Amino acid sequence: MTINLKPSTHLLHALHAHQQQHRFISDQAMIDIAAQFNIPRPQVEAVTEFYSFFHRTPRGRFDILFSNCTSCGDLTLMQMLCEKLHIKTGETRADGLISIGETSCIGMCDHGASALINSMTIRSISKSMIEGMAELIESDTKLSDWPQNWFQVDDHIRKKGLLLSNSFEAGSALKSMAGRSGQDLLNDVTSSALKGRGGAGFSTGLKWQFCHEAEHETRYVICNADEGEPGTFKDRILLNSHADVMFEGMTICGRIIGATQGYLYLRGEYRYMLDALETTLQHRRETGLLGKNILHQGFDFDVHIVVGAGAYICGEESALIESLEGKPGIPRIRPPFPVTSGLWGKPTVVNNVETLVAAASIILHGHHWFTTHGTWQSKGSKLLSVSGDCARAGIYEYAFGISVQQVLDDAGAKNVQAVQIGGPSGRLIGADYFEHLIAFEDLATGGSFMIFNESRDLLAVIRNFTHFFAHESCGFCTPCRVGTTLLKKGLDKICDGHGTAHDLDELNRTAALVSRRSHCGLGMTAPNPIRDALKNFHPLFKQRLLHQEMEPEFNLDAALEEARALRNGN
Amino acid sequence: MSNASNTIKIDGVVIPFKEGQTIMDAALAADIYIPHLCHKPGLSPHGSCKLCTVDVNGRCVSSCTMPATEGQEIDNNTPALNEVRKTITQMLFIEGNHLCPSCEKTGDCTLQAIAYHLGMLDGHFSQFYPRREIDASHTSLVLDRDRCIMCELCVRASREVDGKDVFATSGRGINRHLIVHSPSGKLGDSNIERDDLAAHICPVGAILIKGDAYKVPIGQRTFDLHSVAETNLDKIILTKVRHHDA
Amino acid sequence: MPKLRVGTTSLGGCFGCHMSFLDMDERIVDLVQHIEFTRSPINDIKHCEPCDIGLIEGALCNADNVHVLKEFRENCKIIIAVGACAINGGVPAMRNHFSLQECLEEAFLDEIGLDNPQIPSDKELPLLLSKVHPIHEVVKVDYYLPGCPPSADAFVKILTDLLEGKEPSLPKEMLHYD
Repeated sequence: MTINLKPSTHLLHALHAHQQQHRFISDQAMIDIAAQFNIPRPQVEAVTEFYSFFHRTPRGRFDILFSNCTSCGDLTLMQMLCEKLHIKTGETRADGLISIGETSCIGMCDHGASALINSMTIRSISKSMIEGMAELIESDTKLSDWPQNWFQVDDHIRKKGLLLSNSFEAGSALKSMAGRSGQDLLNDVTSSALKGRGGAGFSTGLKWQFCHEAEHETRYVICNADEGEPGTFKDRILLNSHADVMFEGMTICGRIIGATQGYLYLRGEYRYMLDALETTLQHRRETGLLGKNILHQGFDFDVHIVVGAGAYICGEESALIESLEGKPGIPRIRPPFPVTSGLWGKPTVVNNVETLVAAASIILHGHHWFTTHGTWQSKGSKLLSVSGDCARAGIYEYAFGISVQQVLDDAGAKNVQAVQIGGPSGRLIGADYFEHLIAFEDLATGGSFMIFNESRDLLAVIRNFTHFFAHESCGFCTPCRVGTTLLKKGLDKICDGHGTAHDLDELNRTAALVSRRSHCGLGMTAPNPIRDALKNFHPLFKQRLLHQEMEPEFNLDAALEEARALRNGN
Repeated sequence: MSNASNTIKIDGVVIPFKEGQTIMDAALAADIYIPHLCHKPGLSPHGSCKLCTVDVNGRCVSSCTMPATEGQEIDNNTPALNEVRKTITQMLFIEGNHLCPSCEKTGDCTLQAIAYHLGMLDGHFSQFYPRREIDASHTSLVLDRDRCIMCELCVRASREVDGKDVFATSGRGINRHLIVHSPSGKLGDSNIERDDLAAHICPVGAILIKGDAYKVPIGQRTFDLHSVAETNLDKIILTKVRHHDA
Repeated sequence: MPKLRVGTTSLGGCFGCHMSFLDMDERIVDLVQHIEFTRSPINDIKHCEPCDIGLIEGALCNADNVHVLKEFRENCKIIIAVGACAINGGVPAMRNHFSLQECLEEAFLDEIGLDNPQIPSDKELPLLLSKVHPIHEVVKVDYYLPGCPPSADAFVKILTDLLEGKEPSLPKEMLHYD
């Protein structure tokens, strides 16, 4: 039997609603919510403590989280607001009006410095806006009375390709399925050679086939809209302007694999789109594109939306499934893979937003339409989220096989020092690599394309990424739990000018172990920025090193400060 | 269902496996030691400590979770892998407060015994010295989170054997920690009892039985007398109060 | 062959490692044929002179500990961290569970039966570090001799190895942390 988990009864949603009202999750609230859900209290506690957006101590009536991403974050603005409001980061002001903190990339990299305020996205923050925000907060002005253009998020589509230039009428792909068998539809997807767009690049056709073949009465389709990779925002555009195509992709998948229930797992940072997405779903239900006996083709399908709460790891498919089940997002042991044992142990397809959009278009236009684009191992197109040091940040859709240099030229990037392809978990390349191509067989990417020009302190960028992974590690396995923190400390030491050649060797050695021995993709890729930088930008580290055998791990003078104060206070 | 061709090779030694066994299961059955902390036969595998990492046909896997399949050629007891395991053991030591001389579990501690087995002389990294909560509220148990290594053996023993669900883990990343299922979050308010497996299964000194700490003198404890690599130690460890008289 | 010069010290420790060293009993007679002690609590020489081996017991608890350790590192060709405290902080590091203020208040202000309770502030007293640290966090350590304390046999083994010009190693049965 299909477990039909209603959004209103999802633990993450209950915690969100409680926090919106009470500004934190108290011990009593955890007990009450556990009783309401009939689950053990520790599960509620574990979920509360796992997701960054939930808090066990009261936050302000205005709770602001500034992105600390290299593309959509500017922590000097955060400091400025803190000073204006007389508050320290991470704290709640005594009058309960305001709390300010940091959060990982919120997917606004094409909009400049951005933040979440009471879960809503406020973008392109400038110094003058900080002045205005401080006044609005001090005067306790409701968010609905703030300048609404501050919350206006644009698509910034700079280049349309196969998918984005395709005008899609809601229901058209579903209508085209009339009279076709599931196998025939699956063949289309398989023949298109579509590979997963989240970054891993597994064959979509094979995934659907494996799930279809897995023996079970119940199957699920999950759309992974948890794009948390810093520098990625292409799913935001698809969710905003192409939601019908995505839902249609899920519905098609449902028909092919034999699932009747789908879930859209929306990252918490994109909560501002929830209402519009629900409206689209409702409209699809009303027009017969979701629900029972869709378009009289004899199959049922519906979609629920579950909203995350600030955990990069939930982009990993098995962690996402755990999260959907109302648990902390800790990646499962594989095998078994989700296609045989996924949501509630049932065969499950988890696909990226862009993959499902492509799949719907393939069903509509046929696989030849798709395979005539791209390279021999990478068919079709790729949406790139271009951000950083360039004149035109935004979404660029190219057929696979485009060179990095071409993208840089199109985006108006000059004096480029480095490009982070695929985000921090991807690859950091320098100019000698710019003729390489965006393709699974060359530079594979989930779509993040972050540009750093010559004026950037690249070590600061790598430090930012390394802190990101230490913050986002779920803590399940030893190498990643301890290793990401060791990498963070080691890099901090070098960046602060206290590192020696020995520290660099240590960093290298720890990085290798973490990437090889970790439980999941997060740990395996967390050392990539350091490893790539050591390989491609070695002089940057060398310049920063002390030429001595050993430098203490801690600052002696600082370590004596407390004793000095106690002695003087006497 | 087993058949004659079900074999894997560990460090060049061919051993049989049964359908459904992991590499760890097959190795233990064949008296081959693969270092492990979060694994205990009879409880569902976890794969978190990563000490049982092996290279299967060149790929890293956790032997406690990876199903044995025909044709696997496995590197286990190699200098390179033991070096990796030593580093992982050092990570476990420095992330917590493992001060052996002041720990009641010394000599009976599997973390310590594995460190001996791997020839670990020091913690290598800088100590994290976390400040974690100690819970001595229970009449016969102590929970000292300073020594917890997040193996979740107690979590699984309580759930799968005791049928109680007393423990869970919470927090994220380096802030991960053990929590207790009781109204106050204290062990004393939970329904754990002295005879539960969860009270005895802790491989380190995080969950201790009050009053038992020095029944066996230091120097005569399990790993003073045995190597952790002896594969039939589980019975000895769980009945350790008796073994020194035997 | 000239004798190897050995210095020893106990930083934040209990001198137990030194006691254990002396537990080698009559074997020390053979040993002093080959080594001579420079600075050591055994002979009360106050400063470390250039020497071959420095045996460091104890953790870093205060500024003086750091100063002494650095003096040893500058003067010794080989530094050996001896015992649990030198290697990972040991028992002194149990105070890291509390802030320095809590420790001092507990010891000097709140303890029962104190006359005129006050936190000592004599300038002669070295300042305490906010946390106790093992010695490898401040200087490069060449070898580690674990144990609380390491046995006399372990001392004999590591020094004999060094005298014979071998890479020192401990047999498995001598490796213990308690």
